[in-house]
Order: sequence, then structure tokens, then C-alpha cells
Amino acid sequence: MGHTIAEKILLAHTEEKSISPGDFIEVRVDLALGNDITAPLAIAEFKKAGFSKVFNRNKIALVPDHFTPAKDAKSANQCKILADFAREQQIKNYFEVGCMGIEHALLPEKKLVLPGDLVIGADSHTCTYGALGCYSTGVGSTDLARAFVDGKCWFKVPGTLKFIYTGKLRNWVCGKDLILFTIGKIGVDGALYKVMEFSGPVIEKLGMDERFTMCNMAIEAGARAGIVEPDDITLDYVTPAPRKFRIFKSDRDAFYERIFEFDVSKIEPVVACPHLPSNVKFASELKDVKLDQVVIGSCTNGRITDLRIAGRILKGKRVSPGLRLIVIPATQKIYLEAIKEGLVDIFVKAGAVFLTPTCGPCLGGHAGILTAGERCLATTNRNFVGRMGSPESLVYLSSPAVAAASAVKGMIAHPEEVL
Amino acid sequence: MIISGQAHKFGDDINTDDIIAAKYLVSTDAKELGVHCMENIQPNFVQKVKPGDIIVAGKNFGCGSSREHAPLAIKGCGVSAVIAKSFAAIFFRNAINLGLVFLELKEADEINEGDKLSIDISCGVINNLTQNKTYKTQPFPEFLTEIVKKGGLMNWLKSKTKKGEKEEDA
Repeated sequence: MGHTIAEKILLAHTEEKSISPGDFIEVRVDLALGNDITAPLAIAEFKKAGFSKVFNRNKIALVPDHFTPAKDAKSANQCKILADFAREQQIKNYFEVGCMGIEHALLPEKKLVLPGDLVIGADSHTCTYGALGCYSTGVGSTDLARAFVDGKCWFKVPGTLKFIYTGKLRNWVCGKDLILFTIGKIGVDGALYKVMEFSGPVIEKLGMDERFTMCNMAIEAGARAGIVEPDDITLDYVTPAPRKFRIFKSDRDAFYERIFEFDVSKIEPVVACPHLPSNVKFASELKDVKLDQVVIGSCTNGRITDLRIAGRILKGKRVSPGLRLIVIPATQKIYLEAIKEGLVDIFVKAGAVFLTPTCGPCLGGHAGILTAGERCLATTNRNFVGRMGSPESLVYLSSPAVAAASAVKGMIAHPEEVL
Repeated sequence: MIISGQAHKFGDDINTDDIIAAKYLVSTDAKELGVHCMENIQPNFVQKVKPGDIIVAGKNFGCGSSREHAPLAIKGCGVSAVIAKSFAAIFFRNAINLGLVFLELKEADEINEGDKLSIDISCGVINNLTQNKTYKTQPFPEFLTEIVKKGGLMNWLKSKTKKGEKEEDA
């Protein structure tokens, strides 16, 4: 019996000679990530246990991105804990405000993650990097503390579910629609403790940014990882690479616990309604949902192609009166690109605000919090009760195209309604 | 070791934003976090909880973010254990690593709000004293039991490191 790409990467990072789903193994990690929420707890655990030196200062990344630029004194203190630890341990990959971006957009952009790597992050959306053909997964702060000590982590080897996408994508349908549609089909625990391997002719044509979006939301189906086999699109993205990397692909006789096949020709732009990412409908079915706010950004959809799509729709238009449109580029590089390409000009003239990179409103942190009774459509990843502020507010999730169109209409809209 | 307390019932897919909202993640103190446990979905939950009480939930408990503040908040408000039909993967590992008691029970629906429960942790037996029912849960695999026995991941790591040093000395 052959192995899936995920199993092959795990095998390359453990002492075990063979592995199968359900086995407990110890793995060596190529990179361990923490942010301003999770790393302070990890640093405290590391110190409390009496350890004083990290295993490898080059294999740790600390990104203060959630409540930054610091929203209050307490979050400033959390950031200070990161900065002090980075200085004390001479951690190379610490990104201060000004260099910082949303971690899951920043690390691939900086080429800190490459195909074949094994990455853990104390952040559930660490599964994003699977788009590069690596195994990356979210863990807790104590896991991160342990990795600081010896660069290792315990895993239960997950089984793999294969998702094959065929057919022709309709206009305005993108990776975000595919992953929301998929979660709608299998549910928020449909891939519990599994790897979601995304494949098929539609995925082979998808650009890196959309692949990142799909892998990013694997956690919303309960998955340990999302993964796409590396191909020419992957290689274009990582070249020139700062170090050697390995390409893994699934064997032809690899074992999949289940194979799903979706004909994308039937999929229209999708919206996830409150309060679960699996509660999906087509945008065309949601005609009367009036909105107070639209957010375009996050580790799911704050990349340059996302902003370009929003710009295409918003060019020469105005945001609906009384609606707040918040656009957040995921990194400083994307911020600068958006300026150079004239996108910021389009956004500001449309009546949007254009913020500095931050997770901000996605998790109800700052910079766009909702009050009771307000409705927001966001390109983010979660629409749980109170996710973006008041427990009596409502969050809907969509692609950047649907978000931009809805900002113009003032209600949830299919992009064609405003063009 | 026996844990006992009253059951507090929750549904399916209780996520980590439900357990502790992100706005409170500016602290890593269990007691401080515990004050806001389940605030968004059951604002009076913390007032109802007596030390030792037990959360009983449906499937996929702890889904969503990786925040270890969630199991910390549960511990911090005085809850001694969580029983659920299934647990989300990151919550599962956080609970193991922190030494929070949690048990998977397919029949969790049979337990009612307010039922008096007692759990024998050493053998994974749950007694519903109100309904006079007994459930046997699956023990953790050996690898995880070892971490739990040591009192969490960092203690397990320390004991492993010390053992390694001794072996080297020998």
C-alpha cells in the first residue's frame, strides 16, 4: 500500500520506519510559529518549566498580528513579551509592526515555508501552508513551548480524505466558494482529525492565492491539515527558493478513507450564514440581507489577488450609504502593491477605509467591531456567535468578489448585480 | 481519583470563541479567563458553576481556534471535567497537554442538565448518580496516558530530558 503526500512528509520527519493512520509519532518540525495571543502563554510555559535556550533560533517565527498595532495596554504587554523573548533568544524571524503581516500570508511570502516542510503553529489557521505541498498544522501554546525546547511535537497520524474538483468554474466563482461549498457538504466536523487533500483539474489551474484560501479553511471542517500536491504553479511561487526543499506526491495506490468528487460547474458564489461556516447558501438565494459592514481581508482572503478582484468591482463605484467597508491587506508587501496598482485609490474613492495589516476584526479584536443587531459580510473564516463583537451581531462569510459587490449594493449580492 | 459534580449541558460544535471570546485573550491567567467562560452563549454560566462541576456537550467540542485559553478558562471557572460525544483535534491535544480531564462518551445525550455525576478517572468510568446509570469510556492510548500521568506535556518533557541526561551519564 502506498502513501498519501501527507503521510510521506510525516515519514520524512520521524524516526519511525513506517506509519499508518492512528499511530502516535514524534516529529521534527522545520518551523514553529506563535503570535501575540498564543506565544506569551508558550513563553511562560517554556520559562516555568525551567528551560532557558530555544532549540534553534532560525526555526521559530514570532508574528504579533492579532491585536496589533497594539489595541490597548494589555495587548501591548503581550507584544512586548514576544519582542523581549525574540531579543533574548536572538530569534531571527520576529516581525515587528512595520515588517509584520498576517502570519499565514507573511510566512509563505517570506519563503519561510517551502514544499515538503513540516510546520506547526500555535494558531489554528496554520493549515494554510499545505497549499505549498507541505504538512502544516495548528497546535496549542504548550505544544509550541515544547517545540521551543527540542524542536519536536507529538502527532496522531491522520487519515486522508481526497477531494477531486472537476468541471468548469463559472464567472466570479473562486477558491473561497469551493471551500465553503465543500464545508457545506461535509459539515464542520466532516474532516475531524483528517487531512483534506485537494486535487483534480480545477485545483491544477487554481493560482497559489486561491489554494492558500482553500487550505486555510480546512480547519473549519475539523481537519488537521489541508494539502495540495506541488506543481509548476507551486514552483513558480517558491522560486528562487532560499534553501533546498523536497517535492512529495501521493502514490497511485495511496489509501484514502473517502474520496469526494464535485462538479464545480454547478457552483455559484457561496455565502456561509450565521453561525457556522457550514451553513452555506448561494449568494443569489440571499436577496434581502441588509448589511452594516463589509470586511475584505484576513489570512483567508487578504492577498493581492483578493484585493484586485475587489478593485475590479469597486472601480468607479461608491459603497452603499451608511455601510462601512473595511479593506485590510494581509502584509506590508501587499499593502505596497495595492498602492502601486492604484487599488487604494479605487477603495478610498469608493468610500472604504484601507487599514494596516492586522487580524483585527476577524476575531473581534479591534478595528471594526460590531454592536448588537449589526450584520457584517466578511471574507474571513469564522462566523461563530460573537466572533466579530457583540453576541447579538451576525457574520456572513464570502469571497472578495461577493463582499465587494455587496458593499456597493448594501445587501448580499452576486457580483453580476452591480456590474 | 474520583471527580464529582453537577452536569452543565451544551450542544454540538461548541467552539473556542464560545468558551472564551477573543477580546479576553489579553491575559493568560486561568482565573481571569474563567470569569468569562461561555459568556457569549450562556452569560450566567460562571455564576451557576460550583467547583468540581462537569460540562457535558455534543459532538466536536472545542472546534475553532487553537487558543489554549479555552481549556484554561474551563479550568479557571472551577469545572473539573468535560464529557462530550467528540472533541475537535486542537482542543483535544491542548486538554492532554494541560492535564484537563475530558472523556469521550457517545451517550452524552442521555445525561440531563443538573444530573449529579461522578467520574473515576483512573478507569474512565462515569456514574450518573441521578439516573443510576454507569458508562465505561475508552481509555486513552498509552502514549497519551503517559503525558497525562506526568501532569501534562512540559512535565513529561522534563522527565524525559532528565532520563536522557542520566542515560548519558551512565
